[in-house]
Amino acid sequence: MSATAQSSVVIEHEVGLHARPSVKLTQLAKSFQSRIEIATAAEGPWIDAKSIVKVMGSKTPKGALLHVRAEGEDAETAVQAIVALVERDFETA
Amino acid sequence: MSTNVGIVIVSHSPDVAKGAADMVRQMVGDDVPLAWCGGAPGGGLGTSVEAIMAAIDRAWSEAGVAILVDLGGAETNSEMAIEMLPDERRDRVVICNAPVVEGAVMAGTEASAGSPLEHVRRTAEELRAA
Repeated sequence: MSATAQSSVVIEHEVGLHARPSVKLTQLAKSFQSRIEIATAAEGPWIDAKSIVKVMGSKTPKGALLHVRAEGEDAETAVQAIVALVERDFETA
Repeated sequence: MSTNVGIVIVSHSPDVAKGAADMVRQMVGDDVPLAWCGGAPGGGLGTSVEAIMAAIDRAWSEAGVAILVDLGGAETNSEMAIEMLPDERRDRVVICNAPVVEGAVMAGTEASAGSPLEHVRRTAEELRAA
C-alpha cells in the first residue's frame, strides 16, 4: 500500500541544517523505504532527503520552516520521525 | 564484521588522515569500517603502498572499500596498493575522485545506510558537481 504524508517543522538548531544535522537527517531518511523529500518552501524546490550532498548543499539556516513529505508504505512514520529529529535538535533519540 | 562499505583515508600527513577519520567517526557514527594512513615510512610527509594495503585490510568489508586520497602520490600509491591485493578483493576497492575530508564524510554517510560501493563512490564524487 502506498501512502503520502507531509508536515513541516521549524529548524531551531544553532547552525541550521549544516554538516552534522544533515548527516543525521540523511541517515534517518535512508532507514525508510519511502521516497522522502524536504524543502524550505511549500512550493519547492524539493530535494531528496536521502542525498547527503543535496541536504548539506541546501544550507538551510536556523529559523527556516522545513517542509517534509514522503510517499511510500512507511510515509507517515518517516515524516513523523524526521520532524521529531528536528524537534529534538538533532540529538540521538 | 560490518556489511557496510568500508572507508580508507590516505593523506601525506598522518594528522590530516587521522583528523578526517575522527570527523567521519563523530559525524557518521560507528557503523562504518574505517581506517586511515599517512606519512612516509621513515617519518615526514608521504604515503606508502604497504601502509595503504594494511589500512584497506583494517577497513575491509565484503561490500568493499572506498578510498579517499589527497594529492598525487596518495592516488598513485593507492592504485598500486589495489593492484597488489588478492584477486578476490581487487575489484571491490575503488578510489573516489573527491576532496579527502568532505568526500570521506559524504562517503561515510552513504556507507552507513548500507549502500553498495558504486553508490558510495558516486555520492562522494557528487560533491564536485554540487
